[in-house]
Amino acid sequence: MSLLKRLRDYPHILEVAYQFTERVVQRLHPLFKRIGYVQADALLRIPEKIGKGAVFNCQMCGQCTLHFTGMTCPMGCPKNLRNGPCGGVRLGGFCELDAMMKCVWVEAFERSQKMKVYGDGIFEIRPPLNHRLADSSAFINILSLQNDGMPNVWQTQTGIVHERK
Amino acid sequence: MNENRMNGRFESALRSGRFVVTAEVTPPDSADPEDVLKAGTILGKYADALNVTDGSGANCHISSLAACTILSNAGYDVIFQMSCRDRNRIAMQAELLGASALGLHNVLCLTGDDVTAGDHPQARRVFDFDSIQLLQTARIMRDEGIFLSGRKLSAKPKFFLGGADNPFVEPFDFRPLRLAKKIQAGAEFFQSQYCFDVERLKSHMQKVCDLGLPEKAFILIGVGPLRSEKTAKFLRTKVPGVMVPDAVVERMRKTLSEKKREEGKKICIEIIQQVMEIKGVAGIHMMAYKQEEAGAEVLEEVGLNNKEMMR
Repeated sequence: MSLLKRLRDYPHILEVAYQFTERVVQRLHPLFKRIGYVQADALLRIPEKIGKGAVFNCQMCGQCTLHFTGMTCPMGCPKNLRNGPCGGVRLGGFCELDAMMKCVWVEAFERSQKMKVYGDGIFEIRPPLNHRLADSSAFINILSLQNDGMPNVWQTQTGIVHERK
Repeated sequence: MNENRMNGRFESALRSGRFVVTAEVTPPDSADPEDVLKAGTILGKYADALNVTDGSGANCHISSLAACTILSNAGYDVIFQMSCRDRNRIAMQAELLGASALGLHNVLCLTGDDVTAGDHPQARRVFDFDSIQLLQTARIMRDEGIFLSGRKLSAKPKFFLGGADNPFVEPFDFRPLRLAKKIQAGAEFFQSQYCFDVERLKSHMQKVCDLGLPEKAFILIGVGPLRSEKTAKFLRTKVPGVMVPDAVVERMRKTLSEKKREEGKKICIEIIQQVMEIKGVAGIHMMAYKQEEAGAEVLEEVGLNNKEMMR
């Protein structure tokens, strides 16, 4: 495993780095608005791909949730689960599809438990992937899109158990 | 309470507080409705509801929706299993509406075994949803009367929604919290993977009870008789997510071959009797693929004979 990927075992540091980056991007929001989101996406897409690719093996889904999943990219799960793990995990916590690979969600859960800022995000329900956002900058998508056509009932709910009306 | 909640026999049985039995039916590789009925006959006599699997183990069979309809028309209460492996969100929502229109209101929402486990490993895996997103989508359709696009339905579907539970695989500490997440998404009942490790189940159920989940959803535990140690090995190597402890395999191996069937039943009976004592358990889910007779004998012997439900 490369040195950069080994960083994933320090999720509490990574989440702070993520938080910092997100704040910087938010600060720059007026600038991105002025140059247009399309331009901003073109600007950020490549560095995002390289940076997150090197550390998290980012697949550029364009809707990053890795801070909510133990700084572990859920797109590494062969079933692309956003609310994993599935019930097929092998003995020792290995992937149903690849007995040599540790289950992404087993790692995600373990790492999330070490995180103070976003750690509880793993208990929230993540919406289905929007496949139209593939290969675009997730940071810009957060700024430019709001709920992306999902009905308002699909809000990420906080808290572990929520009583149905 | 929402008017679109379905109160079928399965749900009524659960709400009555008595110990409930469901049983798994593997839909046949056949276009003959008689074959579907045959698959449900033996365990149908004992179960409050029959689950029809949706390409379990990623093997191709007659569709769950069709088999459910045939069994439902014959008087059984059925649980329509729906996996996310084979359909995208358009097909999923269409099928959910279709199921409700056909009177199939119990839906078990599953992620699904991967295509590599089955007889068509070349197939494209879909997984447009995961099980939690499927649950939430079904709940949104039922309670809000809309598709995920926001488009309105002219008649809301009726559902009693279920999810799967697997206390026997990692990450153990997350499993109870995952049930909570599924309840949040819409699950009202759970059916677990095969239980061969009662101690593991006990510690899981303790955490589940601490979270207060049995008050929010009914939990049924999966059980099934083993035919031999070969079946045990098949289950743990070929069926994703099934854990059979070495002690159980060893016990089957040590038994004389003519007594293996009885021993498998005995293990199953012992497990059921222990499971019935665990706090928070609402029933059992009998999975006895190609072992329906043995499964029926087990239910008879433990006195779980819910014959009054029939017709």
